[in-house]
Amino acid sequence: MRLLYHLGRYYILISKVFARPERSGMYYRQIMRELELQGINSIGIVVIISIFVGAVITIQTDYNIESPLLPRYLIGVGVRDMLLLEFSSTMVALILAGKVGSSIASELGTMRITEQIDALEIMGVNSASFLILPKIISTMFFFPLLTILSLIVGMSGGYVVALITDVSSPQEFVYGLQYVFYPYYFTYALKKMIVFAFIITTISAYHGYYAEGSSLEVGKSSTRAVVHSSIVMLMFNLILTKLILR
Amino acid sequence: MIEVNNISKSFGDRLVLDDISIVFEKGKTNLIIGKSGSGKTVLLKSIVGLHEVDEGSILFDDRDFTSMSFKQKKQVRKEFGMLFQGAALFDSFTVEENVRFPLDMFTQMSYEEKIDRTDFCLQRVDMSNVNKLFPAELSGGMRKRVGIARAIALNPRYLFCDEPNSGLDPQTAIRIDKLIQEITTEFNITTIVNTHDMNSVMEIGDKVVFIYEGIKCWEGTRDDILSAENQYLNDFVFATNLAKTVKLIQNDKGAKD
Ligand SMILES: Nc1ncnc2c1ncn2[C@@H]1O[C@H](COP(=O)(O)OP(=O)(O)O)[C@@H](O)[C@H]1O
Ligand SMILES: [Mg+2]
Repeated sequence: MRLLYHLGRYYILISKVFARPERSGMYYRQIMRELELQGINSIGIVVIISIFVGAVITIQTDYNIESPLLPRYLIGVGVRDMLLLEFSSTMVALILAGKVGSSIASELGTMRITEQIDALEIMGVNSASFLILPKIISTMFFFPLLTILSLIVGMSGGYVVALITDVSSPQEFVYGLQYVFYPYYFTYALKKMIVFAFIITTISAYHGYYAEGSSLEVGKSSTRAVVHSSIVMLMFNLILTKLILR
Repeated sequence: MIEVNNISKSFGDRLVLDDISIVFEKGKTNLIIGKSGSGKTVLLKSIVGLHEVDEGSILFDDRDFTSMSFKQKKQVRKEFGMLFQGAALFDSFTVEENVRFPLDMFTQMSYEEKIDRTDFCLQRVDMSNVNKLFPAELSGGMRKRVGIARAIALNPRYLFCDEPNSGLDPQTAIRIDKLIQEITTEFNITTIVNTHDMNSVMEIGDKVVFIYEGIKCWEGTRDDILSAENQYLNDFVFATNLAKTVKLIQNDKGAKD
């Protein structure tokens, strides 16, 4: 019953978000702000985590293909596909659910309890659309870019490992990265990321927008935002993997 | 003029407003008083349509707000200005952007015209030279004043203030009260102010409505309030020792005369 209530209210919120905007000029400004807040500010964490994961995957793949019969460039192939298929989309999205999700929920939650949302509504502004739409647009645009960034950085991390250890020669590693590449995997990762961006942003916005009570509640709603968006995202990951990746 | 006719409002099974009818007069500062939790905020938010009422109607200069379509309501809302309890300035905007916001959203003014209007409103509340500061950099009283500037940016016909002087020192509080009253008479608007502060009542209460646990208990002017024969009202008005003493002295005088 709770679930139905939340689904219903989520649906109402989303339809409010996509109502016709009143002043597109004002939205442009908001989108620029959100691109910086949710996108640019997430570059750091994505870079750091991707470098290390790229490096670790390289070492572990080496560890798993001990057989001398297997060519060493398989390490490059393995690293590439692992990054492409799961890490740079799903794992990066999980990290972003933590960072961006909590920031969206606490920003909107604070605006709710300090009556800033009421202030918009009383002026006759569609607060849901004005506050949430720019966030959706900027994350759906920026998250796929973060995936590309994570891929590049992750592969570089692997390359560095290939350079400084003897798991594989850098040449073999790069050969592996290019070996039988399906561009399809790449578009799959980006498509998934666009869906994840929508899920994370709208679910977090939902929790923030309907926060009530004290600042303590804002904290709780931001935790719920992260947990719920992560769970829903992982469910969709399963469905999309089955659906898109035949 | 705003007419509230028999409105009731409950949250779940908790009745917060019980059959309230009031007429708020134009060009006057109308006060809604009552202790914390008596339903003042809910009443104000019901009047402006932030809460939907369960029963009753609300008329803005004879226009029935409660039966309007969403679009019509939006039109009327452009005539509203509201000052919220914590000022509710937009954190991510500067002072100037906050005051300019309604102009950006709802007018076709040129940039220069908007800046002129913004400066005028900020000057009106004695807040020049802070245009580029963010709300977090202002004191509580300054935030309230910027909140008033934003509320009057679009020349409202109706001004609503929720506890305009809560959390302020007595002098700043009186200053804010005076400002609200001046603006009300200067622009001849209908103003409704929520307060639990007896100083405000005696300073600016052109018309006073007393709410007790969601029921309208009393209405009158500040001149009748001290002599009113209403137990709940007396308990509220004479809650402080100072007020009690004043009352005793008055009674004393009355006895001697
Ligand atoms: N959104 C809400 N949901 C449920 N109860 C509410 C809500 N808003 C206010 N109330 C209840 O209504 C009563 C009146 O509150 P309020 O109007 O804020 O009082 P005040 O006179 O201090 O402004 C309180 O008991 C409060 O708990
Ligand atoms: Mg209140």
